[in-house]
Amino acid sequence: MNYLQHRISSGVIALVATWVCWISYTQKPAEAFLFPRVIATLFFVLAVWTFIKALLGRSKVGNGLSIEATKNMLPGIGIAFIYIFFAAKGLGFYLSSTIAFFLLLSFYDPAPNSEPKTWMKRVIITAGFIAIMYALFAVVLKVYTPRGVFM
Amino acid sequence: MEFIYYFGEVFTPISMLLLIGGTIGGLILGATPGLSPTMAVALLIPFTFHLTPVHGLILLGAAYTSTVAGGAVSAILLKIPGAPANIATTLDGHTMAQKGEGAKALQLSFISSLIGGVFGVLLLIFLTPVLAQWALAFGPSHLFWLAILGVTVIGSLESNSVVKGLLSGCIGMWLATIGFDDMLGVKRFVFHSSLGGGVNIIPALIGLFAIPQVITMFSKGRYDTSVEQIKVKKHPIGAAFKEVISRKMSLMIGTITGSIIGLIPGVGGQIAGLVAYDQSKKFSPEKAKFGTGHSEGVIAAESANNAMVGPSLVPLLTLSIPGSPTAAVLLGGLLIHGIFPGTDLFDNHPDVAWPFINSMLIGQILMCVFGIYIASFAARVAQVPQSVMAATVLGLALFGSYAVQQSMGDVYVMAVLGTMMYFLERFGFSAAPLVLGLILGPIAEANFVQGSMIAGATDGAFTYFFTGGLNIFLIAIAILSIGYSAWSELSTRKESA
Repeated sequence: MNYLQHRISSGVIALVATWVCWISYTQKPAEAFLFPRVIATLFFVLAVWTFIKALLGRSKVGNGLSIEATKNMLPGIGIAFIYIFFAAKGLGFYLSSTIAFFLLLSFYDPAPNSEPKTWMKRVIITAGFIAIMYALFAVVLKVYTPRGVFM
Repeated sequence: MEFIYYFGEVFTPISMLLLIGGTIGGLILGATPGLSPTMAVALLIPFTFHLTPVHGLILLGAAYTSTVAGGAVSAILLKIPGAPANIATTLDGHTMAQKGEGAKALQLSFISSLIGGVFGVLLLIFLTPVLAQWALAFGPSHLFWLAILGVTVIGSLESNSVVKGLLSGCIGMWLATIGFDDMLGVKRFVFHSSLGGGVNIIPALIGLFAIPQVITMFSKGRYDTSVEQIKVKKHPIGAAFKEVISRKMSLMIGTITGSIIGLIPGVGGQIAGLVAYDQSKKFSPEKAKFGTGHSEGVIAAESANNAMVGPSLVPLLTLSIPGSPTAAVLLGGLLIHGIFPGTDLFDNHPDVAWPFINSMLIGQILMCVFGIYIASFAARVAQVPQSVMAATVLGLALFGSYAVQQSMGDVYVMAVLGTMMYFLERFGFSAAPLVLGLILGPIAEANFVQGSMIAGATDGAFTYFFTGGLNIFLIAIAILSIGYSAWSELSTRKESA
């Protein structure tokens, strides 16, 4: 049980709850914030309770994050972040998805990188994925996705 | 017997195609460890936009039914439950497979799933209209308390910590207030342009259920997931039917336990399977054989987790209160088609409600037939590497959440909520109460405001919201569920200390 992590996470939640509570009670007109005030009060009470429990070292549920898991997930989160927040719109959905899919496969596929067969397999899987996504969304559902550089 | 008139809609070519596609897809997704039934249904919702409400719901219903049953395939052949609902199946199912009785275990599992599932859907058919009529008497204060009850019951029963469960529910309810206020048109908590229209429920559902699983797969690193799959030898199907019928006690215990547990919001299939397994063991003359590859264990667990599916939709279709996370996702599927379940569903949309329920009945039969014949194939597909799975789910989440309103704002909401949920889950929070808060928040607020107006013109807020038999009953259940969960949390801690 990582008590420091519990303290930080519950502290962040308590801060958010305080902010929500502050906004609910200070914004006008009051009628529009009637229900949010009820929820925000409860949110604040429960968040502070959780934070105090964490400070006293009584948080019993949740294992927190291990260093190894964090190291493993960082490249994936990084790729996903760039893919969703920048590349999807800038390069277009299909090109960015192809790049992100291939990069994720290359990072997380346990097959040996030294073998050309592995890379060939990854290229084929990526092409198959994009073909299916195109067929589903562009052909069947007729969803017009951002085209980015291909506009 | 109104439901009989609507059977024709299920047998149209498009409905049957969707039913078969949803069943086969659901069996494969269910057999895939790491893909929960809830996530599978959430990812399917964007595909229902271009379908009529009936067809969209038939697809979602078929996927829900078969993902629960499909989880048994990997539980039996790979010793990895496809979903938490199949944990109890692993205990005897995999041992049977190791003994060379894999085909028999799969057949027993699908046949008992069929019997349990049909019983559960029949309960849904006969109980729903009665409850819907009763719910007509509900006023704004009762509907407000019902929404609160939905969040508190799931918040306290679904989480390992009552306080964190309720806190998750509060976060969900707060997220539901973001956007323009319905009454006065005032902006609330809009701190980014993406949130101008509020938090759209479908991208939120996709993010909350899919993204944490993607990050969990990332956190395992370059991890080889391939597991040795046990070869399946042929087994006569007639003998499996005879075996299920001869084990009627386990079948009955599983079916009844699953149906009752399904009716209780928030309890879910995992508990249904385990309770049925335990009870069946207690009543069996062959107690000692449980855990050693005994057919009764598989029959009890699988009949229970599929019997739970139909009844878990009763509170959703009658009172708009989803009884489980998957039911909450189905509610999202109904809302995007402009259909509000609850008191007037069967009066205003019988052409949607009944074909959907009837399709679940036919879906049970299809699930059994396809399940038996494609189980081995599904288990092979289920061994897709985690890297491929994570990248595929991420891509589907992006395209799916964009397809809802063709807005990048929805994609950002999906990504932010999903990432936030992963970290919250690591610290003991759970997605189910948060989702329920998000879905039930607007219902609670609308009835709270309406009730406050009525209260202002009559006897005041306290009398309106806190007196009257039904109000007190609903408040008492909410308090009782919180009290019971707090008590069981404390006793578990004392035992483990």
